Amino acid sequence: MNDLSRENFQPATLERPPGEIKMEVKNLEFFYGKTRALHSVSLPVKANNVTAMIGPSGCGKSTLLRAMNRIYALYPGQRATGEVLLDGENILDPKVDLAVLRTRVGMVFQKPTPFPMSIFDNVAFGLRMHETLSRGDMKDRVEEALQRAALWDEVKDKLGSSGLGLSGGQQQRLCVARSIAVRPEVLLLDEPASALDPISTSKLEDTIGELKRDYTIVIVTHNLQQAARISDYTAFMYLGRLVEFGETEGLFTSPKSTQTADYVTGRFG
Amino acid sequence: MASALALRRKGANAVFVAFCAVMTFLALGLLVMILYSLLKNGLGGLDSKVFTMTTPPPGEAGGLINAITGSLIMCAIGMVAAIVIGIPAGTWLAEYGGDSLYAKVVRFLNDVLLSAPSILIGLFVYEIMVKPLHGFSAIAGGAALALVAVPVITRATEDVLKLQPSSLRESGVALGTPLSTTIRNIIWRAASSGIATAGLLAFARISGETAPLLFTSLGDQFQNWNLMKPTAALPQVIYQFAMSPYDDWRRLAWVGAILVTGAVLATQIIARIIIREPDRQ
Amino acid sequence: MTISAAPFISTAIGPPRRGGLDQLFKMLCFSAATALLAALTGVIVSLAIGGWPAFKAFGWRFFTNTTWNPVTDVFGGLGPIVGTLVTACLSLLFALPTAFGVSIFLVEFAPRAIRQPIATAIQLLAGIPSVVYGMWGLFVFAPFFAAHVQLPLAMAATPGSLLDKLTSGVPNGANIFTASIILAIMILPYMAAIFRELLLSVPTQLRESAYGMGATSLEAVWKVLLPFIRRSAVGAVMLGLGRALGETMAVTFIIGNSHELPKSLFDSGSTIASTIANEFTEATSAMHYSALIALGLVLFMITFVVLGIARVLLGALKTY
Repeated sequence: MNDLSRENFQPATLERPPGEIKMEVKNLEFFYGKTRALHSVSLPVKANNVTAMIGPSGCGKSTLLRAMNRIYALYPGQRATGEVLLDGENILDPKVDLAVLRTRVGMVFQKPTPFPMSIFDNVAFGLRMHETLSRGDMKDRVEEALQRAALWDEVKDKLGSSGLGLSGGQQQRLCVARSIAVRPEVLLLDEPASALDPISTSKLEDTIGELKRDYTIVIVTHNLQQAARISDYTAFMYLGRLVEFGETEGLFTSPKSTQTADYVTGRFG
Repeated sequence: MASALALRRKGANAVFVAFCAVMTFLALGLLVMILYSLLKNGLGGLDSKVFTMTTPPPGEAGGLINAITGSLIMCAIGMVAAIVIGIPAGTWLAEYGGDSLYAKVVRFLNDVLLSAPSILIGLFVYEIMVKPLHGFSAIAGGAALALVAVPVITRATEDVLKLQPSSLRESGVALGTPLSTTIRNIIWRAASSGIATAGLLAFARISGETAPLLFTSLGDQFQNWNLMKPTAALPQVIYQFAMSPYDDWRRLAWVGAILVTGAVLATQIIARIIIREPDRQ
Repeated sequence: MTISAAPFISTAIGPPRRGGLDQLFKMLCFSAATALLAALTGVIVSLAIGGWPAFKAFGWRFFTNTTWNPVTDVFGGLGPIVGTLVTACLSLLFALPTAFGVSIFLVEFAPRAIRQPIATAIQLLAGIPSVVYGMWGLFVFAPFFAAHVQLPLAMAATPGSLLDKLTSGVPNGANIFTASIILAIMILPYMAAIFRELLLSVPTQLRESAYGMGATSLEAVWKVLLPFIRRSAVGAVMLGLGRALGETMAVTFIIGNSHELPKSLFDSGSTIASTIANEFTEATSAMHYSALIALGLVLFMITFVVLGIARVLLGALKTY
């Protein structure tokens, strides 16, 4: 804990994972007004893998996630400096078309937010916004998304009914289906299971395991066991800094930093 | 063992409970008395003539149809204007204005306008519409009613939109939807029952308003479809006839009172039903 | 079962395209908000402009003179101004304890089953249009008051006594006292609804702590709940006062319409709103007309201050 009090603390040398890096955060600083929430964070995200971000409340993991699709741009007082690269291009560049960015990087939120419309319209929402499809194609894409979100069997007979009528777990999978309908490359998940019961959680985790075949996934979670279960790489954050990053198994069984060890063994957090 | 203090406390409490109960029965009793007077004095005059004949000169038979149509037309004008201005204004306050100084000023003044004396609104519309255009008109009446209704709709829209979780807005934007489309297609839809209720409440309020109409639409003995000319309205006719010394006019005033009260109560009941209906399609 | 991803439609990151429509929507909403602002400032400005001739002609005497003479074109607004303040304050005096009693009954004492019906009934009372209140006041309440209150009191009071002074007046039931009562009935449901909201907003833990210590209902309400909502409750009172100050139709029927200062509780008077309602369409001269608008400005200023204080105290509470 003493290491982090020094301003110029550097995490142990970041080992870049082998293979394709889909997104890379480089020296990212984030500010809520005058308060600095992220201190020079650098993090690689490997393609078609699940990267988990863990850490105690207030460590900045959600802030970091929200920088990756620039959803913070909705709020005037919040800003970021540094680089966030998607396939080598910096998405923090002011010339970037945010609407296009968000079709490539999707996000699912902590609390399920079904739109007040039918299940079909929920999933088709993004499709109608960004693509011109024939009715047949639209139906196919909606079914594809619902299949991948492991929700199709449960709703295929009631696509016209309101999304608000589903259970919590189903609503969350509907939100997943909605996000993947536009075929993003990266999926950001902000504590997606924290509002769900254990059975829905395990269904959602299975779905994430399937999804990583076609998408790159970054997940923020409070649940250490969940991170250990479903992620390939894990980043541990504390007080706005990246403390340690590595393959999940290695980070949990033999963490390089004492802070990481303390957190994953439950000595603080 | 009850001490003297405990007995005193119990006694005081009993008096308090009795007081509250008496006040409540007083209020309910007043409601019953007023409704009873309405029905007793007006029900007898409620016949088909009311809906087919126009307001008569004293001593002749007649009805209220021109006042009814006039009220409907002017309330419709008022509601349309209130919705066209009120919903975007409330949306701006909730979604764009935030906590800026300008937003705070607009919000404050809106609340003042909400409870301001409606007769002053009538004076204002007189100054800017009736005087320059040299005449009382239904449009002016509608404009006055609009000014009464806009603050209600604005405030209600802002409140209902603010109730929506921010994650709903973020979900829309995270799909690549522009903010304006997110607001229109998702947030407005989610808030629709709340906004509809506010619209009904605003309608209930302006349908009973008299003061703003006294110097804007003025009144007309005959049926008038010309929006640029003076037009009768139900509350205004009630006022005019009730204050007069003629018995048959007074009787018609009671009938009008039943109609206007009935319309307001029916609207309130419908609004209550909408609130209770959850968003199930 | 997995479906292999179809080749992704390549969309390279490029400059913004759809900004135009988005900005237009924001502009439209902003314009609406500004239109609202313009309307309110317009009211103040037009009242000031219209009333200026009267202020210029009479100066301070406008506020101290009760002479209201359309023939000689001399106007002093003291009568209506005093009438407005007196009726509003009197009505508050009657309405406040009643509103409190009703709201506390609804929140603390009423059996659960009848709570919503009573609350709905109070809402209905609020919905009755003011012109109907006025009619009821004129045709039902005033005769009742004249016959059963004014007359007996007039006969019982010895001439010259305090009671006589307070209750002298034409026994037709049209005076500032009855007008205040009608006003009180009008603002009662409104204030009761707000007090009820405030009482319901008290955290359950606070209420449970009070009762858990063995407090009687009176003690819990008086010592715990009311102090908790005190600031907002004062705001609610201000709101009720604001409504009472501006109410026109309920008062015009029954206040007697005299520009003189009322000499007793049962004497006729006038309010600013009733004066404007009665005289505006028959204003005989430009000065008469300007005097009425000047009165309107005075009313606006008074209600503005009262409603402003209410707003500050109540914050964001739903009050429509």
